[in-house]
Amino acid sequence: MSDNTNVMIAGVGGQGTVLASKILGLAAMKAGMDVKQSEIHGMSQRGGSVVTHVRFGDKVHSPLVTKGSADVIMAFEELEGLRYLPYLKKTGLIIMNKQQMLPMPVIMGAAQYPVAPVEEIANLEAKEIAVDASGTGLALGDARTANVVLLGVLAAALPFPDEVWHESLRESLKPGLVEVNMKAFRAGQEAAMAM
Amino acid sequence: MTKYELLSGNEAIARGVYEAGVKVAAAYPGTPSTEILENVARYDRILSQWAPNEKVALEVAAGASIAGAKAFAAMKHVGLNVAADPLMTFSYTGVNGGMVLVSADDPAMHSSQNEQDNRYYGLIAKLPVLEPADSGEAKDFTLKAYEISEVFDTPVILRTTTRVNHSKSFVAINEPAEITVKDYKKDPGKYVMTPANAVGRHKAVEERRLALTEYAGQTELNRVEAGSGDFGDIGFITAGISYQYLKEIMPDASYLKLGLLWPLNENMILDFAAGVKQVIVVEELEPVLETQIRAMGVSCRGKDIIPRQGELSEETLRRALAGAGLPVWVTPEPAYVSEQKLPVRPPILCPGCSHRGMFYTLNAMELCVSGDIGCYALGSAAPFESIDTTICMGASVGGAFGMELARGDGFAEGCVAVIGDSTFFHSGITGLMDIVYNKGRSTVIVLDNSTTAMTGHQDNPGTGKDIKGEPAPLIDIEMLGASLGIRRVRTVDPFDLKACREALEEELAAPEVSLIVARRACALYSKLRDPACRVEEGDCVGCKACLKLGCPALSVSDGKAKVDALMCVGCGLCTQVCPKHAIRKAGGSHE
Ligand code: SF4
Ligand code: SF4
Repeated sequence: MSDNTNVMIAGVGGQGTVLASKILGLAAMKAGMDVKQSEIHGMSQRGGSVVTHVRFGDKVHSPLVTKGSADVIMAFEELEGLRYLPYLKKTGLIIMNKQQMLPMPVIMGAAQYPVAPVEEIANLEAKEIAVDASGTGLALGDARTANVVLLGVLAAALPFPDEVWHESLRESLKPGLVEVNMKAFRAGQEAAMAM
Repeated sequence: MTKYELLSGNEAIARGVYEAGVKVAAAYPGTPSTEILENVARYDRILSQWAPNEKVALEVAAGASIAGAKAFAAMKHVGLNVAADPLMTFSYTGVNGGMVLVSADDPAMHSSQNEQDNRYYGLIAKLPVLEPADSGEAKDFTLKAYEISEVFDTPVILRTTTRVNHSKSFVAINEPAEITVKDYKKDPGKYVMTPANAVGRHKAVEERRLALTEYAGQTELNRVEAGSGDFGDIGFITAGISYQYLKEIMPDASYLKLGLLWPLNENMILDFAAGVKQVIVVEELEPVLETQIRAMGVSCRGKDIIPRQGELSEETLRRALAGAGLPVWVTPEPAYVSEQKLPVRPPILCPGCSHRGMFYTLNAMELCVSGDIGCYALGSAAPFESIDTTICMGASVGGAFGMELARGDGFAEGCVAVIGDSTFFHSGITGLMDIVYNKGRSTVIVLDNSTTAMTGHQDNPGTGKDIKGEPAPLIDIEMLGASLGIRRVRTVDPFDLKACREALEEELAAPEVSLIVARRACALYSKLRDPACRVEEGDCVGCKACLKLGCPALSVSDGKAKVDALMCVGCGLCTQVCPKHAIRKAGGSHE
């Protein structure tokens, strides 16, 4: 695989991963790169495990990231972070949202939710940034901005100028939601700096 | 300077339809094709419609084309089975205005019941098949398809796969052509396919095939990329998304990248094969290209090394090529794998889903359920596990009647057909006629959530709105049932578990056909939101009876039930199933 940057966004259907990958793809485009990204539709959106791939660089052919080659994994949920771990590069970065959502087999008592995913990943050589994005979003007045908080964390790890991100946010969000999401984005950036 | 946008394959096809000057577009929603028509409908000048099924969509497009307009239809792979009848003969009549049909295939069955390879339809119907490899090509090929359609007097199949429909890449945005409508002249020899006329048209189809074969050797839809260096001697013949994976793996090999997959031009293939030492045909699913290429006498590798089932990926191809002795770097074992056993996370019915009450009841009554296609197929998963069969759109109704015939009245007393509103309009009505006409006694339940939910909430003939959200006549399911002569037609609220059970018990016992309409708006679409229920901890005995609802907002830990107040939409089902009345609606009452 070439020198492209590979990002994966994992979560639970309905958590806003699709919007996050849209904004990221747009930002990469505005930063002058070739971009390919996958989307999700249909069945898995109903509360299932979902993942989108975003790849950018000089020339991208495949829209999909292969195992062991993700530079960054953004996990909107802890179990989903563990699930996609095999895609992470040895020296990659994983951004973990500190949130646990029980899947149906766990609710039904047929399976166990994994123990302390954030700690398990902290013991690896890869870098981890764990944030309570929903909490941060809630403090800003809208828990649904959690996805943009996480994008702010991601932005700190990518070489795109701020304007590029701001433009992408403005173009992707309903006008009424821009302001609170701009704050959420900044909060994410600050959280990353603090690490 | 050309402007570029980052679009999905589906958005790109819609853009192509717009730029080509299409006037009439029709589809039935189906993953991965749905967003094509949704995006087409945003262009005001195009007359767009959701048709009740794919056959009607294609017939509308065929009529528009014969009348002189450029026309378009889109469907998922299995939808083309429904539309296959008009397709085969529309191939004979040919077009007047250009006509393009999208067949969106779903290798790996991300959201489908099978993974048939619809490139074969090109061979059966003798229609040109184009396949793009990314969004940029998706738009360009759509425009090209209209050109081919009018020049060669043929409908054209634009075949895509999920990874192209649902991946984004750059698309050049150009000015749209004007919408023009060609003259229409009555021409029975061309458009009335009685046997005498069809004989003549079949001849025209064969002549067209020859002309297209020659065209395949010249068109830029097919291109050779000469390789270089050590691997230049390896020649891949490939198309669609497989091309992209290969370019990641062996960028310097030689490629014959096909955009027009049928018909193939023999000289083009032979020339390419002669220029390399080894030919490898790489395609997802069936050996459609390989079989034809072998028949030309080319010795090549293909399905002996490339998997025939599921999707390809960069990883699968690396392994396959390395296994065949090619100098390919194989993806190493991942650096990290969690040490814990990770539970799966299957999709589930939403909190407040209007289907939940009915599936809970079907499960509790241990009925045999002839199922159908839609969100409610999730009724086959735990904890409901209530569905016995799922085959195709509409099959629940005929299927239940067949079971009744096979096993008799005693069995029919414990067997129902379950079908969604959109699926009922799609192809459930004819099955119902069959039960009436042939004096059956089956019980058919229409789960009417007043939208086409699974594919993202499209309108249908029962929602009272058209594709643009404008008011439209609403087709009344109960009146339709009554007009078929069904005497036992009743409506229930699926949030009322007692009413559901009563309706089922009475209708199953009745020795004649019954139609139950369980009506409640889809929770996700209607944004149902009543205050969350709460658990009176003192009353809860931890029996987990409520978990049989499979509601993601409910869980039991440390012997007590919990309601996730953020997720709960207050549908009240759990308040009805708790034997201790421990769950209360906000406000404190028991129900
Ligand atoms: S059904 Fe009632 S008593 Fe049983 S666990 Fe649920 S809330 Fe508690
Ligand atoms: S917790 Fe109860 S009331 Fe709330 S959505 Fe689930 S079943 Fe309905």
